[in-house]
Amino acid sequence: MSTAEYLFLFIGMGLVTYLPRALPLLYLSHKKMPQGLIDWLGYIPVAVLGALLAPILFIDTTSAAITFGKLEFLVAIPTLIFAVKTRSLGGTVLVGMFFYWLAGIFL
Amino acid sequence: MDHQLPSSAAIKSAIYAAWPICLGYVPIGLALGVLAEQAAIPWWAMAMMSVLVFAGSAQFICVAMIAAGSSLGAIIGTTFIVNLRHLLMSSALAVYLHGVRRSFLSLFAYGITDESFAVNMARFRAGGWTRFQALIVNHLANSVWILATVSGVLIGQLVPAGAFGIDYALVGMFICLLVFQLHGRLYVITALIAAIVAVLWAWLIPGDSYIVGGAVCAATCGYLFQIKRDKSS
Repeated sequence: MSTAEYLFLFIGMGLVTYLPRALPLLYLSHKKMPQGLIDWLGYIPVAVLGALLAPILFIDTTSAAITFGKLEFLVAIPTLIFAVKTRSLGGTVLVGMFFYWLAGIFL
Repeated sequence: MDHQLPSSAAIKSAIYAAWPICLGYVPIGLALGVLAEQAAIPWWAMAMMSVLVFAGSAQFICVAMIAAGSSLGAIIGTTFIVNLRHLLMSSALAVYLHGVRRSFLSLFAYGITDESFAVNMARFRAGGWTRFQALIVNHLANSVWILATVSGVLIGQLVPAGAFGIDYALVGMFICLLVFQLHGRLYVITALIAAIVAVLWAWLIPGDSYIVGGAVCAATCGYLFQIKRDKSS
């Protein structure tokens, strides 16, 4: 592809990515939001995280089947326990990496 | 509304909040760069894409579609669909950025990703977190992303894949941030509904729509349970 084609492509991709990121914030932050919407949005972070994580843990990447034996899930168990006990973000990241590395060697 | 610039302690805590994201972006950015190199995408084009788009999954899809010879319109259309989930995150952030001037929000919006959203929402909710600290998190993550993706094109093949379990950094971060978001029984139920809906959705429908699908279903259930609870009490 030529430089002009790359530029056109990435500006196009950039625009369609930026607008959904910016418009709700620009609009809603200067509006009086109804309490119902605020309450609903309060559940969005936990819902987004649950929806992001679960398929990583339970969907096999090659067969696209649901499984309970994925390494990602097995490592998530001690990682989750560590997160609940310590509530340390950095510690949890390192512990998760350590178990994943260890499991990759032994399993 | 504070208009003060952050103190050095506040900047330090923003850097501290951002490091798991930065660490997690290194292997993903390198992997993306390696794929781009295989698709004959030059490093400067990768730099341009990471600056203009800054969205991990869309960039992976873009590289795959370029390699497959897709039309530019198809790539842009797919990017739009994949990144619609940011509508939800941008809306949820508006609760904590109410009344902030639009020039700041325009800059801030650029850096809204799954990762920065999860980190900043946990901090905003815990309190004492300023929009400037949130902006620092966004832009640190962005800088590392640009560096990692460009490095991937240039030297990615020299780096051993999967070293030190680094591929698990973002998963570990999401697990802990999920724990931070469990403020009570309704939140635990919401997380479980999101997980179940997203897994079934991802299993039935190819693509990334499971994130929006699972999140909207679960947040709506959580909200309806809250209304029911408040009525009965």
